[in-house]
Parts: sequence; structure tokens; C-alpha cells
Amino acid sequence: MAVRIALVVLLGFNGLGLLLYSVFWAVVPQQVPTGAAKPRRDLSLLLPFGAIGLGVVLLQGLLFGDNGVASTVGWLIAVTAVGAGVIWHQSDPTRRGHWADNPSQTPWLAAVVAESDRRSFIFRFIGGGVLVAVGVIGVLAVYAPADSLTSVVNGVIFALVGLLGVGVVVAPLLWRTFSQLRSEREGRIREQERAEVAAMIHDQVLHTLALIQRNSTDIKEVQRLARGQERSLRNWLYKPTASPTERFAAALEQAAAEVEDTYAISVETVVVGDTQCDERVAALVAAARESLVNAARHAGVQTVSLYAEVETDELSVFVRDRGAGFDVEKVEDTRHGVRGSIIGRMQRHGGKAEIRSAPGDGTEVRLTLPASRESVTAGKETAR
Amino acid sequence: MTEPVAEGNRRLTVFLVDDHAMFRAGVRAELGAHVEVVGEASSVAEAIARIAATAPDVVLLDVHMPDGGGRAVLDAMRRTHPQVKFLALSVSDAAEDVIGLIRAGARGYVTKTISPDELAAAIRRVADGDAVFSPRLAGFVLDAFASRPDVPVADPELDQLTNREREVLRLLARGYAYKEIAKELFISIKTVETHVSNVLRKLQMSNRYELSRWAADRRLV
Repeated sequence: MAVRIALVVLLGFNGLGLLLYSVFWAVVPQQVPTGAAKPRRDLSLLLPFGAIGLGVVLLQGLLFGDNGVASTVGWLIAVTAVGAGVIWHQSDPTRRGHWADNPSQTPWLAAVVAESDRRSFIFRFIGGGVLVAVGVIGVLAVYAPADSLTSVVNGVIFALVGLLGVGVVVAPLLWRTFSQLRSEREGRIREQERAEVAAMIHDQVLHTLALIQRNSTDIKEVQRLARGQERSLRNWLYKPTASPTERFAAALEQAAAEVEDTYAISVETVVVGDTQCDERVAALVAAARESLVNAARHAGVQTVSLYAEVETDELSVFVRDRGAGFDVEKVEDTRHGVRGSIIGRMQRHGGKAEIRSAPGDGTEVRLTLPASRESVTAGKETAR
Repeated sequence: MTEPVAEGNRRLTVFLVDDHAMFRAGVRAELGAHVEVVGEASSVAEAIARIAATAPDVVLLDVHMPDGGGRAVLDAMRRTHPQVKFLALSVSDAAEDVIGLIRAGARGYVTKTISPDELAAAIRRVADGDAVFSPRLAGFVLDAFASRPDVPVADPELDQLTNREREVLRLLARGYAYKEIAKELFISIKTVETHVSNVLRKLQMSNRYELSRWAADRRLV
């Protein structure tokens, strides 16, 4: 309110009050006057600058009387001073408090380049710059011989040189502050990554450890939990994630993981090469999975080897265990899993399955699939 | 994996390098019956100093340690102590870890989940100058030496595997023990060992693109 009164008073001096008011309106951020304290404090801080401007004008008047040129210069200096004051003081006090806390060596610059209000920064900067430029050009124009265009041009040039000088002085500080902001942002990104790792550890590792402690008497369950966790951590660390529905190797690894989880055994998976998944490859994977399940259920061992190789002319999968084994001649007809899910499935898709086993000597299932549809030959009878 | 070993004469001396004390204690307990563990180290610098002092037959070397890991130990020891054999032991199955260690001079690579008996057999094999490949390492080698038409072969002797070597590696990757491979291919165990050693030599000497890349990646890390 006091400011407005002052401006009304200033109105008497060649309409300066009006000019100032419009400048205030443009540059001071609009604040809804809900909390009376904040906007009051903000605007009252401007008073000294207004007073300086006013003082300059009054001094001018007292010293030189009302002779045209000098008083105009006084006005212009007043405009410049008020413009500078506005630039500095129009931001809200809470943020300035923040700058004070900032360990930055140039807190005032931090205010200027603060990311949050870049738009108002530009507005302020341009507004203040225009005020300063108007003041400087005005001074030069007034002192120069009247109606001389070249003097105005000179004024503009000098003003530009002045601004350039200011820019040279300010640029390193600006740059430093920007780089500080950048490092701050990098820190934030690091923090985010750390949070991601922490979340993964919390969701998976700690959870698994809790489960292991609760099931510590059940060795099989503990092994199953530890293996599953190990696998997921390994995937997280080393593997580029490929979709099991698209890639052969990923599909096989997923099948092995499922069997590991379900039957609490360990499947040593080695895959050489990789290829696209199609219907036939999916059938090969399903047959391999069935072989793993058989080994897990009947072999009575902890470890099963799974080896797959992609060659130019065929895909092959080997599932091997060193377990109980069985007599292939005797058992095969009665075991639907072997006949239907492994041998039959491979034959339907143009591949073949071969089972080698002997009691006490472990079992190996060999699955092969010709690479392309063209090379599919009539399924050879291999399982007698 | 329990073939007859010439017991009675001198027991093999083994040195453990691993930054996990619990793991060292576990391996020491497991191996106590098979070999003589003459020392342990938990860091690269300690390992270099104490291996030189104890001169063991075989060093069990962890891949991942602070200050350069197993590779730093290998680089420091290979020239001064060529008689010491290194067997890399790791939880990591990443290709660049495996290939990097082998190319730096390790005679073999096994994962930490290996059973005590198999580990003892692997140590014996390495001490005899042979190579030890885990199934996964065999898979990597097959992958790296895959006969792709677009890969230029600079040195056929080093850059390609023979069919027999390929067969041996395939069986290794399928989980076969040396004895089983010998039976399957109708060759002697010694011949199997020779094939694997030849593969190891190619793995260390060849400049095939995949191998060079893996090695380069490893050095960058």
C-alpha cells in the first residue's frame, strides 16, 4: 500500500509514477495476497530502491533547479536504479532464504538460473536489461546534440558494449552455477539408480533370506529358494533380457528355471548359438522341458545337464543325468510322458528323439530338429 | 570323476586366493582329505607375495576381487613363476570373465558350486599340466570358435577347432566326465586330455575376433 502511495506521489513528476507502476506490474510476480505477511515484506523491500530513485530525482532538482537536461538525466538514473532493484528484489523471500543456505559461492546467480522458474528469469532479465539500456541510451541521447541520429546509434553501441562487459563478467559465474546444477542432477540420477538396486534387494533378496530362515529345517526348500534367487540375480547382473517367446536360448533357460523351481534340482544349462523361436522350435523346447521333468522325477539326482546347440542345419538338445536310469526296452511303452510328449512331439515336427539309458547308468535324451522346413524329412524311426 | 590317483607319493600343495574368508574355510575343509592347503590370501597384493614365498603346485584363484581380481594375480605371477598352475574359481559365469582369465594364463575354470571330489580331481588334472573346462566354458569356446562363414580365419592352426576337439567340447558341455568322453569316443583318457589342452592353447593364443573382443572388454572393466 505504501508503495502505491509513493507511486501516486511520484505521478506528479512527469508521469514517472505511472511508468514505475507499469514496470512493477510487469516484473513483480503476481502474488495472491492471502498471507498478508509475505507479499507485504516482499514489496516493502523494494522501498529503499524507490527511495534511492526518488532521492536522486530530488537531489537533482535541488542542485540544478528544474533545467530540462539535468533533470531528465536524473529521471533516467532513477529509472535505472529502480530497474536494478526490481531485478534483485522481486523474488519471494522463502527462495532467497534457500539461496542463503546454498553453499554456492554465488547465491544470487543461483537465484537467476534456478531451474524452477526459468521463464520468470528471462522475463526479469529482459525487463531489467531494457530498463538499464533505456537509462544509458537516454543519458547519451540527452547529452548529445539534439536531433542527431548518429548520437543515438552511438548510444546504442555503447549500451551494447556495456552489456557485453557485464556479460563477460557474469558468464564464468553463470557457467559455474550451471555446472553445479548439472552435477547435482547427476547425483540425483545416481541416487535413483541406488534406489532401484535397493528396491530389487528388498523385494527379492531380503524376501528370499526371510523365507530361508523360516524354512531352515527343510533342506530341499532352502536349496530351491537359494537356486531361484541365484538365478534371478544372475539374470539381473549379466544377461541382456531376451523374451522366451522369441529366442530359443531364452526359452530353454526359462524351461530349465521352471523345472529347477518345481522339482528343487539344479539344471546346468549350456546353450551354444541362438535362433528365432517358431512353432517347431517351441515344440523342441517343450520336449526338452519334458525330458528335464522326467530326469527330475525319476533319476533321483540333484543335477541334470542341459546342452543345446544351434547349427546351420539343425538344432540339437541333450538332457543328461547320472541317476537311476531305466531299461528303455521294457519301460517305454507304458510311459506316456516319454512316448507322447517327447518322441511323438519331435516326430510330429520333423525332428527325432533318442533315449539312451541303462539301469544305474543314468539317462540321456537327445533331441534333434532340422533347421528349416524344407529340410524336414520323414521322421526317422529311432525309438524302438 | 573319481579316477585312481597315484597316492602315496607327495601330496599336492594348493594355495587359496579368495576375498571371502568363509569360502576359503569351506574349501580348506573340503580339500583337506585330498590335497595339502599350504596357504591362503584375501587380496591381490597378499596373494602375489605369499604365492612367491610358498611356491605351491596349484593356486585356486577367485576371479572377482578388489584391486584387479584374479587377473592381476595372474599377470604378476605368470612370468616370474611359470611352474605354478592356476585354476580359476568363480561364481560368475559371464563369458568375458571366463575367457579373460584363461587368456591371462589360467589352466582351467570351474564354478564355485563344483563338488569337493570334482574340485580335487580338477586340481590334480591342472597340476599334471592338463586343462579343466566346466561345461559352461566348453559352451563358450564352442560359441567363440563356431564356424561362421563371415569370420575371417587368419591362422587355421589356431583359429579353428578340429572336429575331434569339437566333439570333445560338446561332450564336456553335455556334462560328460573325461572318462565318459573317452568311452563315448573310443579313445583313451589321455587323448581326451590332450584334446582339451590343445583347445586351451588355441583359446590362449588365437586372435579370433570373439576372443580378442572378450579379452579387450575384460581389460577395460
